[in-house]
Amino acid sequence: MLDITIHITDREGVVHEVQAPTDMAMNLMEVVKGFELAPEGTIGICGGMAMCASCQCYIESDHQLPQQSEDELAMLSEAFFVKPNSRLGCQILISEELDGLKLTLAPEE
Amino acid sequence: MIKTDILIIGAGPTGLFAVFEAGLLKLRCHLIDALVQPGGQCTEIYPKKPIYDIPGFPEILAGELVNNLMEQCKQFEPGFTLGERAESIEKQADGSFVVTTNLGTAHHAKVVAIAGGLGSFEPRKPLIDRIEFYESKGVSYAIKDPEIYRNKKVVISGGGDSALDWSIFLANVASEVTLIHRRNEFRGALDSVEKVQRLKQDGLINLITPAEVIGLEGKDQLEAVMVQKEGEGARLLLTDAFIPLFGLTPKLGPIADWGLEIEKNAIKVDNALDYQTNIPAIFAIGDVNTYPGKMKLILCGFHEATLMCQSAYKIIHPNKKSIFKYTTVSGVDGFDGTRKEAPKSVVKSID
Repeated sequence: MLDITIHITDREGVVHEVQAPTDMAMNLMEVVKGFELAPEGTIGICGGMAMCASCQCYIESDHQLPQQSEDELAMLSEAFFVKPNSRLGCQILISEELDGLKLTLAPEE
Repeated sequence: MIKTDILIIGAGPTGLFAVFEAGLLKLRCHLIDALVQPGGQCTEIYPKKPIYDIPGFPEILAGELVNNLMEQCKQFEPGFTLGERAESIEKQADGSFVVTTNLGTAHHAKVVAIAGGLGSFEPRKPLIDRIEFYESKGVSYAIKDPEIYRNKKVVISGGGDSALDWSIFLANVASEVTLIHRRNEFRGALDSVEKVQRLKQDGLINLITPAEVIGLEGKDQLEAVMVQKEGEGARLLLTDAFIPLFGLTPKLGPIADWGLEIEKNAIKVDNALDYQTNIPAIFAIGDVNTYPGKMKLILCGFHEATLMCQSAYKIIHPNKKSIFKYTTVSGVDGFDGTRKEAPKSVVKSID
């Protein structure tokens, strides 16, 4: 199965180009965790339930993303450093359509 | 001074199961937790969410799992210090420990098991300039005694259950309640949302949405908050108190300063044997620990708790030998005098 390329700018401003598998039912938060682009314990704290905002990221390319659920909207409404292009990484499933995606991790709260 | 055999820090699933395993070895446990109810993340963050990887339970709600664990360990009469955070640890001359909480409650035990998950839950503080200065000068992140707001002006911000519930409660206590939230939608229980709606219509709650508190004013004491409503200019709102209720987030907290070896925001342990830390007789079990191949799963915490108890027994009773027993064979004798055992098989001859 196909791997896709994602460009992730970490919280220190370093850009990483990573290959993410599309056949592992992974989400963006898990990719960031898997490649250790943010220290353990600072991302994906709630485990991916849209119940914390530790995986908030800013989407910087115009890919068609899965729609925001009510849970994600509610969480982002209480998160800090929110911008119009903020999303919770845990709510974005890796798929072939996301090849070339560019994003920056939001600062740690 | 509270005295026990194993002092467990963190009353989540791993800590609760440790009580059961310790009880089988006739060791008593006491648990400290910063939250006011046992269960850790399972009850605080996702009580209504299902878990599918607890062995033997194809599906169980997190809250239900905690209830079961409480039921399973209750005959071993665990003690609880809830709503307090373990703050300091002091090693005694005899090798035992005294752990003291932020409220000064002291606990004495020969063995300490840290089952602290991701840390103790602390309120998320909004990023407002100089907010620390106003803490205990009008700004607080939790309400302990609502009476202090009697006949005062109060501003609450947040969009979840606690923001809604406290706005409703304080509507009858404070002279003025303002609820500020970034969206028009609230995610609390429907009943609470409707109550706030009614109180707003009756003029008992001043609702400002979508809006945000962006600044705090006042010389020695909070006197006003700066409110920015979407599409409008910022304006000053006079108030005696500002209570941001943005939920809780776990922080490793004071445990990080206990001299334990920390790696990746977790406590390093010896996974070859018993999950002991670099300090003898202090163990770390469950999500709070790390070792090669660590997986942060409840089922792994259960296993770690079980092995920890075996080593704890040897520390507490250096001259005794613990004998491994199956509960099915020997039953479970509670400290409360109860006994659970397998029913005896019926022997009857056939004529």
